[in-house]
Amino acid sequence: MSTSDVTKGGIRGERPGREAEAGRGLRPGRRGRRGRRGEELMVPQAEFTSYYGRPVITPPSWQARDIAGYFFLGGLAGAGSVLAAGSHLTGRRTAARALKISSTVAIAGSAAALVHDLGRPERFANMLRVFKPTSPMSMGSWLLAAYGPAAGAAAVLDVTGLLPRTGRTATIGAALLGPAVAAYTAVLAADTAVPAWHEGYRELPFVFTGSAAVAAAGMGLMTAPPEENGPARRAALLGAAVETAAVRAMERRVGVVAETYRHGRAGRLMRAARALTALGALGAALPARCSRPAAAVSGAALLAASACTRFGVFHAGVASAEDPKYTVLPQRERLERRQAEQAGKPAEAERAEQA
Amino acid sequence: MTDSLTRPAPSDGSDQDPAGRAGHEDHPERVGFFTDTSVCIGCKACEVACKEWNAIPEDGLELTGMSYDNTRGLGASTWRHVAFIEQSKPLGHAQAAVDHTDVDVLALAAQGSATPPEQAAITPTTPGPPSPDGRTELRWLMSSDVCKHCTHAACLDVCPTGSLFRTEFGTVVVQEDICNGCGYCVPACPYGVIEQRPGDGRAFKCTMCYDRLGAGQEPACAKACPTDSIQFGPLEELRERAAARVGQLHEAGVADARLYGHDPGDGVGGDGAFFLLLDEPEVYGLPPDPQVTTRDLPSMWRYAGAAALALAGGLAAVFAGPRRAPAGRTRR
Ligand code: SF4
Ligand code: SF4
Repeated sequence: MSTSDVTKGGIRGERPGREAEAGRGLRPGRRGRRGRRGEELMVPQAEFTSYYGRPVITPPSWQARDIAGYFFLGGLAGAGSVLAAGSHLTGRRTAARALKISSTVAIAGSAAALVHDLGRPERFANMLRVFKPTSPMSMGSWLLAAYGPAAGAAAVLDVTGLLPRTGRTATIGAALLGPAVAAYTAVLAADTAVPAWHEGYRELPFVFTGSAAVAAAGMGLMTAPPEENGPARRAALLGAAVETAAVRAMERRVGVVAETYRHGRAGRLMRAARALTALGALGAALPARCSRPAAAVSGAALLAASACTRFGVFHAGVASAEDPKYTVLPQRERLERRQAEQAGKPAEAERAEQA
Repeated sequence: MTDSLTRPAPSDGSDQDPAGRAGHEDHPERVGFFTDTSVCIGCKACEVACKEWNAIPEDGLELTGMSYDNTRGLGASTWRHVAFIEQSKPLGHAQAAVDHTDVDVLALAAQGSATPPEQAAITPTTPGPPSPDGRTELRWLMSSDVCKHCTHAACLDVCPTGSLFRTEFGTVVVQEDICNGCGYCVPACPYGVIEQRPGDGRAFKCTMCYDRLGAGQEPACAKACPTDSIQFGPLEELRERAAARVGQLHEAGVADARLYGHDPGDGVGGDGAFFLLLDEPEVYGLPPDPQVTTRDLPSMWRYAGAAALALAGGLAAVFAGPRRAPAGRTRR
């Protein structure tokens, strides 16, 4: 049992022999031996070391269906509200109504997914106990608390035809908050130690908003009559282009961690997302112009593509957290870069002195 | 109470008063752990004392094949974890191939534990046959891991309920009656410490025995540690002691002794619980360069803001052009 106390005035009650001479050895003078050892250790080491292959960080315990679903539905709702407001203001009545309804259903679904994923769902209200800018989840809860009612009011007032002016205000309000709802989930994911998310924090918001535009455009194509779906088709192409470019840029940025986006379940989902996006975008650009069934097919492909992207990003994150390689290697590189920078300065000074 | 709500944590290590930043006035001095793994004997008394004192439930009894480590790692129901690493490397100048046939062990035992190595001529292991490359060394590293009670704690920053809070001692504690089990703190921790307890849903981790600290006692693990591998005390004092100890080991020939988490300039502003290690941190399952991700949060919000504006602008632009334009003729 410990008998000593570390105090400001030094250590009290110290046990004699506490400072064990670990590693001193019998003949400390045998430098030659150490030198040889030192050289032997220069043999290139394995790529990285870990503790029995165990993860360094704890992977999120979130359910894919809940949290990836939450990302997807939040994007669909947020971008949908912008398209709904545009349609409303340009007199595309059917499209506006459909998108307002889909945004309301989607945001209700995403809130349900969020609550369902809590370890103590009955304590959901504790989220609104503090307003905490350092926590993206706190900010997101407040955002949803503002956006949800606006989106809901916009839909209800449109369907019932009551209070048209209030309905218009709610529609515009939801459209102003919508992009934030679609983008903040990227910060939610990136503000963790999960390498596949954090290392890509610059591009991830664009992946998410691009994917949100794709989803909302898909919903627009599925629900609006052909004469009203011009904006949705253009939104589909725009969203697909942004998302594809952002995913590329993100994979380049994250270095070795990009493997987690290319292999396993995440790899399959990301490839499916690319194929479905291409299909949907093609449909939006070509035959969907006149035929409603073709527009519906391409809309469904776009919705599925967006969902695949979100689930792909989610699973890439989990895979990157489960393998210590993706935590250790980037940190090693960062550390070595920093040490080289620090070492470079004195070495240069020395060289200058010698010269 | 939470850490500074609006100011991002400074990254230069200048902020070493987390309790004051969290709003505790006249708070006691910051305390911490210094875990000196060079004297750890792997007895797991800390693990047991922690479980007992904090009444942590059992979380599985399995044999892992990971040396003597059947605990696996820190988690919701494991707040101290002793890691065991077997390596074919010498420990400083220690030599394994020593003939012990003429040693009178009873006479040595009578001298007590502080027998100098020259007299003892005893090494911790009996050498086996040399391995193919001629090496006979085996060193067995043991290290008792724990929550780092980071100066800038990611778990605390991201907690949306305020369940995680900074105590007056500068430590980080979860209030179990507030936590709603959102699980955000779990992937936020750069050390993989905090975890949700299966079947309960809430997050749990080391409290540095908040109850004992309040009563002027040292935490249970430090109290139980028979070799003082776990030292508890004022953080400043511990940092000085650690620096001296590392110097002592270097002098003894243990060139790979190094401190981990002691530097207020590191990615988390320094750990409230830091370590003396005998190999690279990742060998012990620790991240080599941990960073509190909330340090990048302002930048993350900027990128997300740009993405949100681009989405709003892009989706507004798709409505440009003649109203109800015949679909076939609109330009993308
Ligand atoms: S080590 Fe992890 S759980 Fe402990 S204070 Fe730091 S971030 Fe929080
Ligand atoms: S799981 Fe509990 S302690 Fe962790 S972030 Fe959520 S509310 Fe806070």
